Amino acid sequence: MVAAVVRVAPGLTRYAWVVAVLPVVSAVATLFFGRRTPGRGWIYGVSSLSAGFLLALGVLWHFVQGGAPTSASVSWFQVGPFRTDLGQYVDGLTAVMLIIVTAVSLAVHVYSIGYMRGDSRFTWFYVVLSLFSAAMLNVVIADNLFQLLVGWEVMGLCSYLLIGHWWEDKTNSNAAIKAFITTRVGDVPFLFGIFALVFATGFTTSNIQHIGQMVARGDLSGTLLLAAALLLFGGAVGKSAQFPLYVWLPDAMAGPTPVSALIHAATMVAAGVYMIGRLFQVFIHADHIVLTVMAVVAAITMLASALLAMVQDDIKRVLAYSTISQLAYMVAGLSMGGAGYTAGLFHLFTHAFFKALLFLCAGSVIHAAHSNNMSEMGGLRRAMPITFVTFAIGAAALAGIPPLAGFWSKDEIISTAFHQGHYALWAVTLVTAVITAFYMMRVVLLTFFGEYRGSGHPHESPSSMTGPLVALAGASVMVGFLNATAFNVHLFTEWVHVGAVEHEPFNYGFAAISIVGALLGLAAGYQLYGRWREREPLAALGPAYGLLQRKYYLDDLYLKGIVLPIRDTASAGVDWFNRSILDGVVHGFALTARGLSAVVNLFDRTVVDGAVNGAGEAAGAVGGRLRYVQSGRVQFYAAILLFFGIVGVVVVAVAVSR
Amino acid sequence: MTGQEYAFVVIAVIGSIGALAVVTARNVVHAALYLVVALGSVGGVYLLLGAEFVAWVQILIYVGAIVILFLFGLMLTRAPIGRETLDNQQQGLAAFVSIAVLAGLVFLIDDAFHLRHARPFAEFAAPTGNVGSAIFRGFVLPFEAVSFLLLAALIGAVVLARKDEPK
Amino acid sequence: MIRLPLILIFSAVLFSAGVYGVLARRNAVLVLMSIELMLNAVNLNLVGFSASLRSLTGQVFALFVIAVAAAEAGIGLAIVILIFRNRETINVDEVNLLKW
Repeated sequence: MVAAVVRVAPGLTRYAWVVAVLPVVSAVATLFFGRRTPGRGWIYGVSSLSAGFLLALGVLWHFVQGGAPTSASVSWFQVGPFRTDLGQYVDGLTAVMLIIVTAVSLAVHVYSIGYMRGDSRFTWFYVVLSLFSAAMLNVVIADNLFQLLVGWEVMGLCSYLLIGHWWEDKTNSNAAIKAFITTRVGDVPFLFGIFALVFATGFTTSNIQHIGQMVARGDLSGTLLLAAALLLFGGAVGKSAQFPLYVWLPDAMAGPTPVSALIHAATMVAAGVYMIGRLFQVFIHADHIVLTVMAVVAAITMLASALLAMVQDDIKRVLAYSTISQLAYMVAGLSMGGAGYTAGLFHLFTHAFFKALLFLCAGSVIHAAHSNNMSEMGGLRRAMPITFVTFAIGAAALAGIPPLAGFWSKDEIISTAFHQGHYALWAVTLVTAVITAFYMMRVVLLTFFGEYRGSGHPHESPSSMTGPLVALAGASVMVGFLNATAFNVHLFTEWVHVGAVEHEPFNYGFAAISIVGALLGLAAGYQLYGRWREREPLAALGPAYGLLQRKYYLDDLYLKGIVLPIRDTASAGVDWFNRSILDGVVHGFALTARGLSAVVNLFDRTVVDGAVNGAGEAAGAVGGRLRYVQSGRVQFYAAILLFFGIVGVVVVAVAVSR
Repeated sequence: MTGQEYAFVVIAVIGSIGALAVVTARNVVHAALYLVVALGSVGGVYLLLGAEFVAWVQILIYVGAIVILFLFGLMLTRAPIGRETLDNQQQGLAAFVSIAVLAGLVFLIDDAFHLRHARPFAEFAAPTGNVGSAIFRGFVLPFEAVSFLLLAALIGAVVLARKDEPK
Repeated sequence: MIRLPLILIFSAVLFSAGVYGVLARRNAVLVLMSIELMLNAVNLNLVGFSASLRSLTGQVFALFVIAVAAAEAGIGLAIVILIFRNRETINVDEVNLLKW
């Protein structure tokens, strides 16, 4: 633990929260001033994320120097003895996450200038983009569970808004709803997981580090810890699109491609994995079954989605299933406990860059070909050279070709699986790697080679789009070397680790196996797709192909088994309730009011009016009788006067004398 | 009962009968004349009490002027001379009230002065000179006020009663 | 001499008679006469007390009352004559315009 001994000044880590706040400012600025700004407001988002990226580099520098994690917080709310603060916890993981989010977000912001040009809701797009970045950054720096939850939920909202950006087309709004609801199905267990965890601490804290320490000391109840870990993993399953909640991610491709790149490749879907990493103490100290469940889910996901990626015609869907598969790799890495912690998160780090790159290239291709379908593409390498080269780099990185980034991170996971004795997991990861290489080769060949099968005039994209492509391609090449164990570089491990830092020596044997597997996949791909065939080669798989085409009937199961019954019975039930009970109550009130008003009316007319009129009539009647007293005859008056006068005098005299 | 008291009782009875006659006479002129009796008896009582100046002023003014005035008034207004009803409809009430007044006053007098135990008082001589001195020393202001009042009454009566001259 | 209560009773009788006359007589002049009776009753009271209390104030007051009574009788008769001129009658009963 050399890092802990070296006393390094906190440096810029104190200002990590600024990185999260800047996009909020730019979101508000774009919202209010975007329309009037030249360029329709992209300048705010781009500038805030550029500043954020530089600041993130500064934060990372602290850890490069070997600095220790820092934290800071302000009081947020207090309920009885339970206090929650608003704060930041900055360690190596935070630093690298900040880099990922700001870099990819910046690339997407710049890319969208060209991609979204002319869109009628251009300004709003940037508002939500900035808001999303702010939410993700908040999740990354959050030092307590509730703050994390806030960012988590806001991300879900932004995802919904952005997927449905072109909501005029019903398909898009349906996809947005599907995404939102499916991730919600995961968010509910996540919420309960947080509750369980806070409850387990006896309602004393929701601070992640404190909880981690309590867990490590063994202060928390085992059953609660197990329940919390499983529930929290549920959130990851939803957000990071693991089996069985991955069905929203392919449909989410209905959103604009920059959105897919940012949210559904690099950042939001990674948040689930990040969360597991952040709360890792809970997962490794809970009953071992949690890690087993994680491994099983990851294995199923990674293989199933890789197989699905093979049969897609839509280029973005291939990348979507690929993302699901790679996320499963990360979860698999983390499921191996402390040993796989660094590997899984390193893969998150590298995957962010090349997956974002692949998506943005796909966007470039779609922009040129005016179609998502690879059956309408082909031979684009001549028309779009920059896009071709960067895409190829990204594809190679994904396939795990050294010395590109994907190789270093994926290989680590595969070899760690073997070394930790998880042979089944090792087998699955290896097979998936082969399939990954296969379908990426398929994509490259179908898109960029052969004859152009479309009907437009494809051309290279503007520099506002190709610029980010080149930058991300460079990153895909470079970042791998942060943990290039072959060259004894262990920077990433030093930043992101749990427990003791173990520098595993580079195993050339396993590396060779991985490379061979990748090349095998590539060769198979070339064999099948090198020349254009009229009939899809994979159709030869027969009924298996049909199963893959129908996505294992999982979507149908969800729709017919869950959504429609709920919708129909629920809506019928709600309608009945509405008409009989609610309307009944309202009508009842109305009738009661009418009855009451009739009574009041009666009362008013007979009693009140009777009293008032009666008073008037009585006065009139009495007056009518009394007036005859005034007869005009003075002597009569005098008689009365004198009589009462004498009576009065006598009474007074008697009273006085007594 | 002293001799004066006897005399007083006789005069009082005469005066009371005269007063009653005033208010019940059928003939207005008779009523006026009965009024003379009543007023005269009162003057007589004044003499008995020793208030000689007041007594003669009483006779002078009341009998000599006011009653004459009433008679002239009766004449000028063609008061009905003859046996006609001079009373209005509320005689019963009037009788009741007057008897009530009488009873009340008698009760008060008895209550205050104890009829049974009253003692006669000595004679109080009031020579005219003394009365004059009393007026013009102690009561000059009321005297002047009353003379003013008389002047006003005089002018008022003249104004009221004269006929409007045809313009 | 004379016992005071007797004087007062005589005065009371005169007063009551006057009250009856005021209330019961129809002719306005008769009413005025009854009023004179009442005033005389008052005078009698005053003089009686003056003698009883050996003070001349009572008699002086009585003189003023006589003067005022005279004035009042004069004005009263003037008004009666005016009414007679207007209405050809001096029945008090018939001067009842201020009725309901």
